Amino acid sequence: MGTGGPSAALLAVGLLALAAVMAASAHGVLAERASGGSAARGLTRPFSEAARLLRQRRRATVAADRLLWRSGGAGLGVIPLLMVAVVPVGGTALFDSAVGVVWFNTADVIVWALVWLLGWGANSTYGLVGGYRFLAGALGYELPLMFALTAPAVAAASLRVSDVVAAQRDLWFVVWMPVAFVVMCLGIAGFSVWGPLSPGAATDLAGGVLAELSGPDRLLVQAGRYLLLAAGSAVAVCLFLGGGSGPLLPEGLWLLVKTVVLLGVLVVLRRRLPLLRPDRFLEIGWLILLPATLLQLLVVSVVVVGGR
Amino acid sequence: MLVVFVILAVIAVLAGAMVFVVDSMARATYALAVSFIAVGVALLVLRLEYLGVITILMMVMEMAIMAIYMIMFMGMNPALMPMSMVHGKRAALGAAIGTFLLLVVGILLVPWPVRPEPAAASTQELGSALMGSKMLVMMTVSPIMFAAIVAGVSLASARTRYDRFGDDLDHAPTDPQPGGVGR
Repeated sequence: MGTGGPSAALLAVGLLALAAVMAASAHGVLAERASGGSAARGLTRPFSEAARLLRQRRRATVAADRLLWRSGGAGLGVIPLLMVAVVPVGGTALFDSAVGVVWFNTADVIVWALVWLLGWGANSTYGLVGGYRFLAGALGYELPLMFALTAPAVAAASLRVSDVVAAQRDLWFVVWMPVAFVVMCLGIAGFSVWGPLSPGAATDLAGGVLAELSGPDRLLVQAGRYLLLAAGSAVAVCLFLGGGSGPLLPEGLWLLVKTVVLLGVLVVLRRRLPLLRPDRFLEIGWLILLPATLLQLLVVSVVVVGGR
Repeated sequence: MLVVFVILAVIAVLAGAMVFVVDSMARATYALAVSFIAVGVALLVLRLEYLGVITILMMVMEMAIMAIYMIMFMGMNPALMPMSMVHGKRAALGAAIGTFLLLVVGILLVPWPVRPEPAAASTQELGSALMGSKMLVMMTVSPIMFAAIVAGVSLASARTRYDRFGDDLDHAPTDPQPGGVGR
């Protein structure tokens, strides 16, 4: 395992963008078919939406805090790249950090600040309420997510993502850490402000943190959300689904295939799950998910210590 | 490497100073976050990977939480309006200069350990220090901090368990909003 150069960077970013577009297209198809539209229009929805937003004029609000508003949007485009930096693609990670798992956790915590800044910057009531809703929901998913991330690290006795992948040579961690995996998937939806955990950007708030976003700014944030979803899935694949390991195909391709399958499952599940309001979800997070994740961690620790 | 460190140090100090220059609570909060991120990256430059990353994680999270409290607990919501970020200037200035001098004297007088090269496994060393020689301190600090948090929350909370469950704590909870697990 080494640290990759510019070509590895391009490869990782390219694969990430590809996975994100596929997820957005899949969602487009399901949404179009649910409303009786054509699947083809759904498939190209990410592109038509991008073209529409690129031509749209920026909406201005009174006394907006532009610096903070734009930083929020730009940051959501950067964070997914920081996340995939620690993902080993075809044997090399861009930044094969010894503390890769904590690095990923830090990146997803920065999303807290960015989404709130998006809501604050517009100087609009809906945006601000959306920002606070997101933070309230984040309190519910983040702690279980942190403990869920700890489980594979404990089992691999390393915080380096490539070590965690290597430790799953015989058995994928998802087999004996199902709870941690489910919590991780929920966390991915959470920091992507997406699906059941998107009350901060919900339609009952006129879009919440997205309410006043228009044109390229909105495109950046929407793309950022799908990139976050894809980057989170790629990390989940590395931590729980054996990373790039698999027969016949090269490592990079296996990673992409697994990531896209996981994304597909998330996209399909999204339409079957209700929106989890923060006031409800907080209690679910702290009274069910957190103890369940701690128990999972206990099982993992006992297995690791017993196996020594 | 030294250049990068100096640039990060300057960013950290300038962003820290901006906290008192800007006129918005949000900008002050996130100027402080930027300052801490610069400190975290400086730690990364010093090859203290775990400490650097965890500094950024903790501080950004803390600033986001601070944003919740700053709206929740400030009367009349001045946090939403432009406002000065300084008050009690003279006392604050004295405290700041005093603390600065104390820290500088401490830095200059402490016999720093000399290491031939950067530690290869700083995370591991930190872990064994926490679980070994510093165990007593950590075990004492944790319950005190936890007690302080619980005390703070119960003092700040308008509705206690007696409001929720009745005087003998035997009623079903009367919450304005039902929770998610159906209690």
